[in-house]
Amino acid sequence: MAIRPATVAEVPDVAGRRGWLAQVRDFCRERPLGAIGAAVVAVNILVAISANVIAPYDPLTTDYGAMLAPPSAGHWLGTDAFGRDVLTRILYGSRTAMLVGFACAFFGATIGAVIGVASAYFAGKVDLIVQRVMDIFLAFPLIILALAVVSILGTGIQNVIMAITIPMIPRAALVARSSALAIRELPYVDAARAAGFRHRRIILRHMLPNVMAPYLIMLTAYLGQAILLEASLSFLGLGVSEPTAAWGLMLRGAAVQFAEAAPWMAIFPGLAISLAVFAFNLFGDSLRDALDPRLKTQ
Amino acid sequence: MAKYIVKRLLLMIPTLLGVAVLIFFLMRVVPGDIVELRFAGESAFAQKENLDKERARLGLDRPLWEQFVTWMLGIMRLDFGTSMWTGSPIIEEIQLRAALSFQLAVMATIIAVVLAIPLGVVAALKQDTWVDYCVRIFSIAGLATPSFWLGIVFILMLLIVFKWLPPMVYTPFWVNPWQNMLQLIWPALAVGYRYSAVATRMTRSAMLEVLREDYIRTARAKGLWQKLILSRHALKNAMLPVLAVVALEFAFLMGGLVVTEQVFNLNGLGMLFVESVARRDYTLTQALVMLVAFVFIFVNFTVDLMYAWLDPRIRFR
Amino acid sequence: MTDEGRKRLLSITGVLFAVVALTTAAGAQDKPRYGGELIFAVPSEMPSYDGHREGTFGMVHPLAPHYNTLLRTDPNDRTGTKFVGDLAESWTVSPDGRVYTLKLRRGVKFHDGSEMTSRDVKVSYDKIVFPPPGVGSIRKGQYTNVEAIEAPDASTIVFRLKWPQASFLASLASPYNWIYRAEILAKDVRWYEKNVMGTGPFLLVEHVKGSHWVGKKNPNYWDKGKPYLDGYRAIFMKDSAAQVAAVRAERAHIQFRGFSPAERDSLVNALGRKITVQESAWDCAAWVAINQDKKPFDDKRVRRALTLALDRHQAAQALSKIAYVKEVAGVQVPGTPFATPPDELEKLAGYGRDIKKSRAEARRLLREAGVPDGLSFTFTNRGVAMPYEPVGIWLIDQWRQIGLNATMVTIEASQHVTELRAGNFTVSSDAQCGYQVEPDLDLAKFQSKEISHNNYGRYTDKVLDDLYQKQSRALDPEERKRYVREFERRLLEEEAHTFPTLQWHRIVPHSAKVRGWTITPSHYLNQQLDTVWLSE
Repeated sequence: MAIRPATVAEVPDVAGRRGWLAQVRDFCRERPLGAIGAAVVAVNILVAISANVIAPYDPLTTDYGAMLAPPSAGHWLGTDAFGRDVLTRILYGSRTAMLVGFACAFFGATIGAVIGVASAYFAGKVDLIVQRVMDIFLAFPLIILALAVVSILGTGIQNVIMAITIPMIPRAALVARSSALAIRELPYVDAARAAGFRHRRIILRHMLPNVMAPYLIMLTAYLGQAILLEASLSFLGLGVSEPTAAWGLMLRGAAVQFAEAAPWMAIFPGLAISLAVFAFNLFGDSLRDALDPRLKTQ
Repeated sequence: MAKYIVKRLLLMIPTLLGVAVLIFFLMRVVPGDIVELRFAGESAFAQKENLDKERARLGLDRPLWEQFVTWMLGIMRLDFGTSMWTGSPIIEEIQLRAALSFQLAVMATIIAVVLAIPLGVVAALKQDTWVDYCVRIFSIAGLATPSFWLGIVFILMLLIVFKWLPPMVYTPFWVNPWQNMLQLIWPALAVGYRYSAVATRMTRSAMLEVLREDYIRTARAKGLWQKLILSRHALKNAMLPVLAVVALEFAFLMGGLVVTEQVFNLNGLGMLFVESVARRDYTLTQALVMLVAFVFIFVNFTVDLMYAWLDPRIRFR
Repeated sequence: MTDEGRKRLLSITGVLFAVVALTTAAGAQDKPRYGGELIFAVPSEMPSYDGHREGTFGMVHPLAPHYNTLLRTDPNDRTGTKFVGDLAESWTVSPDGRVYTLKLRRGVKFHDGSEMTSRDVKVSYDKIVFPPPGVGSIRKGQYTNVEAIEAPDASTIVFRLKWPQASFLASLASPYNWIYRAEILAKDVRWYEKNVMGTGPFLLVEHVKGSHWVGKKNPNYWDKGKPYLDGYRAIFMKDSAAQVAAVRAERAHIQFRGFSPAERDSLVNALGRKITVQESAWDCAAWVAINQDKKPFDDKRVRRALTLALDRHQAAQALSKIAYVKEVAGVQVPGTPFATPPDELEKLAGYGRDIKKSRAEARRLLREAGVPDGLSFTFTNRGVAMPYEPVGIWLIDQWRQIGLNATMVTIEASQHVTELRAGNFTVSSDAQCGYQVEPDLDLAKFQSKEISHNNYGRYTDKVLDDLYQKQSRALDPEERKRYVREFERRLLEEEAHTFPTLQWHRIVPHSAKVRGWTITPSHYLNQQLDTVWLSE
């Protein structure tokens, strides 16, 4: 078996050759963990979209006659301190979670990766300056940034997204840069430059695909992290506010107080968060394994 | 190498300056005034001249650039000033809390690394076997659990099952190591578990990358011994991104464990942070941010050195 | 002795013996035991040690045991409105109510051994009432009525007022008016911000910032036989779950501010007989501030509709399970001398039992004022979980019932005060908290904006100001009650400038070993700890 020298990375040209259904089937067969993760993610997204259709109650309606009721036929997951149905609030909560998770992860990881790779590619002064700016934001504690964003712009879901995304960008940039640095030294990049390809082309076509692995890991990790960060911010009073249904919000205040007397209030949102983050990560791991061009032995 | 070190040291300065400028202006942009908060909160009897006098005393009526320059000059003399809230020197305010946060960060890092590296390596070597699956599930569970939730569960468990509570007051390690450990081991475990999850995954993924290298594959095909020798080699190369992640997380631990500290009732920097921000205590917040930033930048610097040592190609840029 | 006589003697002796035995047993149960260290949790830490300058309970709880005041609230009285002498042995008030003469105890020593005289009292009060430049006295505005303070001899102090003031005795019993040493103040007027030197029942041992505060018994305390405790230890714990865990694990005896109903229940379930629960209405209430600069809330019909929509009695039942709010009250703490009795209170708008009728009336008023159905506005809430969050959620829900669409925006606590003051809100949550139950303190905030710095509604109401002055100067309690009621009616119903929702409810579950501490509506009172003892 001849050992091929490392060549310009090719995005696997599989789509044209085999139907996507067959690909999915292969994926499920080869990577069962990832398939489970993907299924859970899909369910989450579906639930988020159809919450108002499938939820048994309205998430905002209080019922003082049925406060802190344990799970029963009428309320499958019990009610919270205001008599609001926990199941309904979890279903609606997936909307907030999916929105916050995807927006933050996507913007954070992508903007960060582009900055990191560009910085590594251009090196020299550009790299120095970008690095310093990234360092400045990295050195900043998350709470301060979040507080500043929330205080100046107010609470509300778009500002929470911004408050979480901003600290993610430099972290993504750092990891992407460290991967890109290694690649930059490889001969084929020099060859491409010598051949006169434009910067943008080299970055996007040749370098980015090779940082695809850490990028995907970051993306899936950030998806989960964003949801967890939102929960922490809510804990500090800087996140989404009541009476919005959001998993992180459901975990604080009354849920902790009644942890012994009415544990369903905290268990189910906690489970929802853990499950979602778990699934994202499982799926992301397996996706990354599947897409990594160097894992193909042919 | 020496030239590299000097260069990196010099680069710390603009970053620190940038952080100083950013925190200075950020704090002043956020609405809220410490004098109001302290004296006029719920009392109907606070009078305007009193509040103004207090503001003048704290130097808040000076023009912004003057406040900034005064502060900067102070820093260069290593005089961080006094807290606007208590009037005590900031060094005093920070001392004990920094010791706790630092110890917690170190303990969590040790736990994380001790867990992550072996697990990550094993998972990479035995990819797609049940060993790999178990490690992945274990580490992902660590990532998925909200840290404050874990803390609350810990304490409840200790209380309900063992009827025992960790010490409520901090004793430094050199005063009474047993009490000190009793208090800090639980948050260190809670934090370390999460921390290890991130590091395990990075280790695994980095190892996998390196193991795909052709020379490694050849060695594996050739036999066990070669595989072992080259695995160690592979590990060394895989360490770069892992180092980056571990270092980043460590610096984060110094001031970022706000929720954990609250749940375990730890008198650390995270709590001090939240309080100083809530009180709009500019001088204390600024000093804390500078401290945390410095730790981060220094840790980064150390990592950069290690990068340069492990991968000579980087040195010569 | 005859047989008869012997029998009678025996029976009498028997009865006597039994009586003596019973009383000793009962007495032994209630007789204070000496010794022990009281450990309590404090949710917040003090910025400085000067009681004249600070307001937070985080200062009062650890520091009050080091000091005495002239008068204090009776530590055995639940209402917190009876005053007894602390450093003052007795006092007289002149017939016109303008001169207060107090006789001080003799033989009171500061912790450094020096004797306390009227000069110390005068200098301390001068610092509070006439602070020198650069010295902060945040309650100075409460003493604008004081014309002069005199110390004619070493054990007499005289206060001369400009006009009679019904609340002056309460002012002298303020938990913040600690008596400092004149010599020290003469040398450095700011010494007390970082140091402790008082006459109180406990001496300072140590303060470790962010961690704890330790005091120990003052062996030369002027009140012989007190204190009972050997010392106390205050541990700063910000998180309420940590405080509950500490009490539950029996590592702390008590947390003096208060716990939520859920926390109380978990402690009672876990510790049963080892826990005593003391509850009281709190001198703190959840109010609603309405910015009258924003339309349509400049129209009092709209404001009245807002209060009519609230089913306070249902909320009292429901919310009291999940938050520390409970009583339906007007402007005074229920159960205190100037509070309006419940049956009269129900006549006010929004306090009636027939909620359907109230809400119909609310809708009618809204229509009359031309407010469209489904009007949207923002309700700004303070970013503190308890009890602002539950009350906020409830308010939004109640206003929905009259067709108003309120969105809750939670603002970080420190910013909230600023926004309220700047008028950056339409309708907001507010709180009225007093450190003593006294109408002068509890009503001051609601005067016109020219007078009250904390008038967030931005209104001017001369009638209200006039009523405030009248009640403040009415020395006859019945007359004063009348004025307070009129004030209440005008504030809550006629003009509906602002209104309370529910009174906070103070719940203090503590170790059954803690005896001699009686709860009052204010968590600033009764903290000298001289009457507290620990049983076996």
